[in-house]
Amino acid sequence: MGTEIVKVPDAAGHFGAYGGRYVAETLMPALLAVEAAYREAQSDPAFRREFEELLKHYVGRPSPLYFAPRLSSVYGTRIYLKREDLNHTGAHKINNTVGQALLAVRMGKKKLMAETGAGQHGVATATVAARFGMRCDVYMGVEDIRRQAPNVQRMRLLGARVIPVTSGTQTLKDAMSEALRSWVAEVDDTFYVIGTVAGPHPYPEMVRDFQSVIGVETRAQILAQAGRLPEMILACVGGGSNAAGIFRPFLDDAAVRLVGVEAGGEGLDTERHAASIEAGKVGILHGSKSYVLQDPHGQILNAYSISAGLDYPGVGPEHALWADARRVEYSAVTDREALAAFHELAHLEGILPALESSHALAEAKKRAPKLGPGGTLVVCLSGRGDKDLSSVEEAEGL
Amino acid sequence: MNRIDACFQAGRARGRKTLVGYLTAGDPNMTVSEADIRAAVAGGVDILELGVPFSDPTADGPVIQAAAFRSLQAGTTTSTVLELVRRLRRDLATPIVLFGYANPVFAYGYERFCRDAAAAGADGLLIVDLPYEEAGELRAAAARHGLALIPLIAPTTPKERASMILAQATGFVYYILFRGVTGARHDVADDAAAQIQTLREVTALPIAAGFGVSDGPQARAVAGLADGVVVGSALVKAAREGRLPQLVHELRAAL
Repeated sequence: MGTEIVKVPDAAGHFGAYGGRYVAETLMPALLAVEAAYREAQSDPAFRREFEELLKHYVGRPSPLYFAPRLSSVYGTRIYLKREDLNHTGAHKINNTVGQALLAVRMGKKKLMAETGAGQHGVATATVAARFGMRCDVYMGVEDIRRQAPNVQRMRLLGARVIPVTSGTQTLKDAMSEALRSWVAEVDDTFYVIGTVAGPHPYPEMVRDFQSVIGVETRAQILAQAGRLPEMILACVGGGSNAAGIFRPFLDDAAVRLVGVEAGGEGLDTERHAASIEAGKVGILHGSKSYVLQDPHGQILNAYSISAGLDYPGVGPEHALWADARRVEYSAVTDREALAAFHELAHLEGILPALESSHALAEAKKRAPKLGPGGTLVVCLSGRGDKDLSSVEEAEGL
Repeated sequence: MNRIDACFQAGRARGRKTLVGYLTAGDPNMTVSEADIRAAVAGGVDILELGVPFSDPTADGPVIQAAAFRSLQAGTTTSTVLELVRRLRRDLATPIVLFGYANPVFAYGYERFCRDAAAAGADGLLIVDLPYEEAGELRAAAARHGLALIPLIAPTTPKERASMILAQATGFVYYILFRGVTGARHDVADDAAAQIQTLREVTALPIAAGFGVSDGPQARAVAGLADGVVVGSALVKAAREGRLPQLVHELRAAL
């Protein structure tokens, strides 16, 4: 392959032309300390063992790879669902927060902080904070607090402080900006748990590594159940952590097509979407270089999606590299298509998917006919949809 | 000698500390902003830090966030900021440092930005979210066009790291007094004196200290430690409350 995409990032956190560490000097020593602690943990078998034990007994891994018979017959190809929705707390986010919490404990930190969009990462962080006896602050946009009320309640019940962010669009982008600001002031005793494969180095690498358990399990499960690798794997991409986690162990399997599905909102021909890779330009946001939705002057544009977890104007730097190298195909699905897929999975399989994951399902529907009845694809069902009931009702005027 | 070096040297010769004043370009619009800047300079600001507004200023507190928002709402772009520099340079000798975030500069193009900024009459750049490791390309472009790339040093920066950052630095050192974002504080951090002393061991550049300085007494306290005092949020706030000349007068008198 022409572009190196496997042995990344380099020592400075660059994924080809992307990634890096674009933060104020006030945060650099903190990031270097996180990186040093992570390197040490990586080479410590005890860390690995504790992580795996927690994934097994606390998170409930491995998550099932479920063959969805009725969805398969309606969509027209054999569809397996990687059931991250069945994890403790209901999404893939917990894989990463367990890993980062262990690192925080190792570093002697007393408090966790996080940004959250849909609330899944906030809940997952509040959960591990409780589990390890640490305080927890979660920064969340006021708009997201409104549309993800059940998760706000869960975080509070878990003992976290939910800090409303009123700047900008009051969504994930602003929550992350505010979290970065606050971290500067609290850096001595606080570990910042970033929820996606974005942000400054080492976060994109670290989050990807912790989430790679999704792909490692999927690979073993599909070989055991179907006797072969799938033709295609689909996952939704906001920041891109569930996609990075399921794709990474398949990068060397050239015959497996990897498809990242961005939020098309009201359509890429409008200004209301969150498709950073398809409609963005290279830029610098929240600590790394990647594709970013921005105006010609480099001001960040507001993203939009019905799904709070995908409502972000940037994307992880490794996805930018994969897009350029054409190892992963990226496409966008609109709110309407995602909603239709949400209902179809509920009716056909008795599973309420998160609106984020519904984007990947909708793209699977589009691509299934070409694969045909003999084909096999895997959709990463990154989270469950209970948190989205009010968004769905609102969108459909119920 | 370039304008920044000359300014610190003149300050030393006169036995007074350098007042570095920050205002966001285009806040609340270009006309009022230019008048504010001229008033600040007339009142005694020695070095102007001119904020290039960014939509997502992750190192700034509420006052400068709001200023950037107002400025962008009024239509400020990197180009209109450079036009402002050109107008100011027609009759002002004050050193001008463009203070901003990486993405608008990256979008404009590092080389093109340095060329146009130098041609407009800017003397230096300070890009908050471009730490030493990521600044290579901009540092080279700035050097080609005779612009100083002002380094930030934080209270958390270890000495070896400060030494690496300052090895090739020009202009002056911006020492951040507090862990946090920009905005008013009450007391000067206890360890600032020791930290600044440590910096003296690794650089001969003048040191300006800031973050949280909002009035005369604080400015005087900081001036006891450094060669210059940076005042940002307090000036932005005073400008919008119609008391910019008074605050600049107070700060100047304290230095």
